[in-house]
Amino acid sequence: MAGPDYPGLDTLALHAGAQPDPATGARATPIYQSASFCFPDSDYAASLFNIERAGHVYSRLSNPTNAVLEERIAALEGGVGAIATASGQAALHLAIITLMGAGSHIVASAALYGGSHNLLAYTLPRFGIETTFVDPRDPQAFANAIQDNTRLVFGETLGNPSLDVLNIPAIAEVAHAAGLPLMVDSTTTTPYLIKPFELGADIIQHSATKFLSGHGIVIGGLLVDSGQFDWEASGKFPTLSEPYEGFHNLIFTEEFGPAAMIQRARKEGLRDFGACMAPTSAFHILQGIETLSVRMSRHVENTRTITSFLLEQEQVTRVGYPELEGHPDQALATELLPNGCGAVFSFDLAGGREAGIAFVDALSVFSHLANIGDAKSLVIHPASTTHHRMDAEALAAGGIGEGTIRLSIGLEDPKDLIADLKQGLRAAGKAAGGSR
Amino acid sequence: MRIEVNGETAYCYTNSREIEADKPTVVFIHGSGMDHTVWTLASRHFARHGNNVVSLDLPGHGRSTGSPLATVEEMASWVIAVLDVLDISHAALVGHSLGSLIALECAASHSERVRAIALVGTTSPMPVSDAILNAAEADDHAAFDMLTQWGFSKRHQFGGNRNSGIWMIGNTLRLYERSGPGVLFHDMRACNEYASGTDQASKVTCPALLILGAEDRLTPVRSTRALQEAIPSPVVEVLPGAGHTIMVEAPNAMLDALHKVL
Repeated sequence: MAGPDYPGLDTLALHAGAQPDPATGARATPIYQSASFCFPDSDYAASLFNIERAGHVYSRLSNPTNAVLEERIAALEGGVGAIATASGQAALHLAIITLMGAGSHIVASAALYGGSHNLLAYTLPRFGIETTFVDPRDPQAFANAIQDNTRLVFGETLGNPSLDVLNIPAIAEVAHAAGLPLMVDSTTTTPYLIKPFELGADIIQHSATKFLSGHGIVIGGLLVDSGQFDWEASGKFPTLSEPYEGFHNLIFTEEFGPAAMIQRARKEGLRDFGACMAPTSAFHILQGIETLSVRMSRHVENTRTITSFLLEQEQVTRVGYPELEGHPDQALATELLPNGCGAVFSFDLAGGREAGIAFVDALSVFSHLANIGDAKSLVIHPASTTHHRMDAEALAAGGIGEGTIRLSIGLEDPKDLIADLKQGLRAAGKAAGGSR
Repeated sequence: MRIEVNGETAYCYTNSREIEADKPTVVFIHGSGMDHTVWTLASRHFARHGNNVVSLDLPGHGRSTGSPLATVEEMASWVIAVLDVLDISHAALVGHSLGSLIALECAASHSERVRAIALVGTTSPMPVSDAILNAAEADDHAAFDMLTQWGFSKRHQFGGNRNSGIWMIGNTLRLYERSGPGVLFHDMRACNEYASGTDQASKVTCPALLILGAEDRLTPVRSTRALQEAIPSPVVEVLPGAGHTIMVEAPNAMLDALHKVL
């Protein structure tokens, strides 16, 4: 039997979380650029501090503009709630410190964004949290790496840099069998391309800087809780299921049920670590999300055009996009990402490092910078920038060649992007000593 | 707090406090397929304001064991049994939807135990559509979807929660999904078959408050006329913008309204 239809993704992208401003009638969500909020009287103030009333106290904890963004992403992902953070990194950190403390362990995909890898591999061990990195294509490797003290399984919907498609259903099954939640970074996919909660994931992290915004003008992150994981049944999460001295012995699972995790993250992690989002950033991200579907479909369409072009080029020795034949995850991509595999991919140029550098320097429509997910097309040559400390052997271990180029395809006319790429290929050919 | 009632474990949230004999008591009773967490803000509020709070999980719901009870009358008897175990002589009862019918039945049949009632998102009779009943009986997710969709005002289909960061549609859906097989059906059938509500309402002698959502689509304000006329001198608060899930849609306005009788 079919129930009534919920509002669709495009409608939620425009409306979720927002109502016309009750004070002014403003249709757009206003920027509430205020550090704090007045209390009508002392009892009202006490009731806000004691979680008796809904409202705002101080913008590190909550803010009306941020609240609209938080509801919007929670609605788009199908979760119970969300928190806007200062960056995607802050969202990852907030999830981890909410769920565990020193002596804990994480099992993570080895194909992670460099910032996430740095946090897990180098920084968190200093605070007593260790991570085992495993092959993202091997669910059994995740299972084998789980220890008694493991508290989280983590991966990216599309791994970095090879676009490994995370088998969310299989890895969620592994995690749940061990009483653990699966968290995924869905930055490159957004809810337009994949709905991780419907596939079994329990927590989602976004860098909202990227495709959710689309404009490349803010830094921001989002942490979303599905409300599907049973923290009490697991028995491994005392931060959620046992009295919290830092809030009058509140037991989050008892008082907030499905929203226990996201409430603890706000009441403790946001309060104490303070990595909140600026309201103006939330406003900018909301403007981006309003056009998410329109942009993402064009991003994917342009990406398909560009990958087809590159495949035909003699100088291009590999195009790494999961929809293409030869990519190891082509079948999984068809199943999990029918609307496309995003707009970030890498390809290899013949001619090595010199060809790569020449290619990047010759481009004029593509911007040479270290970001992805802008409405404008972006390019970077990892071997000379993000991965410049690595020698050829280390690069190869990370799936990166000296001639590897990473593109983030934007919304420009594809004919102009192709013309620009042709310019780059000519320069690369000369640098490689060829006559093409 | 977990206590034993009729041979089963009954859970009641008390804000981690012991019941004190010299304090007034407020009992919160959730609606169909829900649990005590729908009352978290309100129960924390009344606990800080000098009350014992007892926010119940009905049998077979949340953390309470046993099978869900079949009728509103049985549920009312169970609430009185909880008061007996907790040694509470009389209490104010706040109920939502099904919980409001339970509170009403308690006030009519056990008037000596009830000092006030607040009926939130209420009406009587409370007919349930065949579409919902049939889906609930089949444990079809569509029953959760229908109640979640129609349980909020049209404007709140898009959120606008004053409780930061919580997508109230999603949270409500998760609560339904956590209910055990058949639980929602038992609850909805009990609502549907409780035919004596208007007669019982005329027996209410304690102060009575009706908190209604102006945009309630499950128990519309217009359907409450018989109940309003049957209860002697009720206080009626109609909250603008709210649908049926008033605790979530208008938590602050509901608290302010509750203070009129509590």
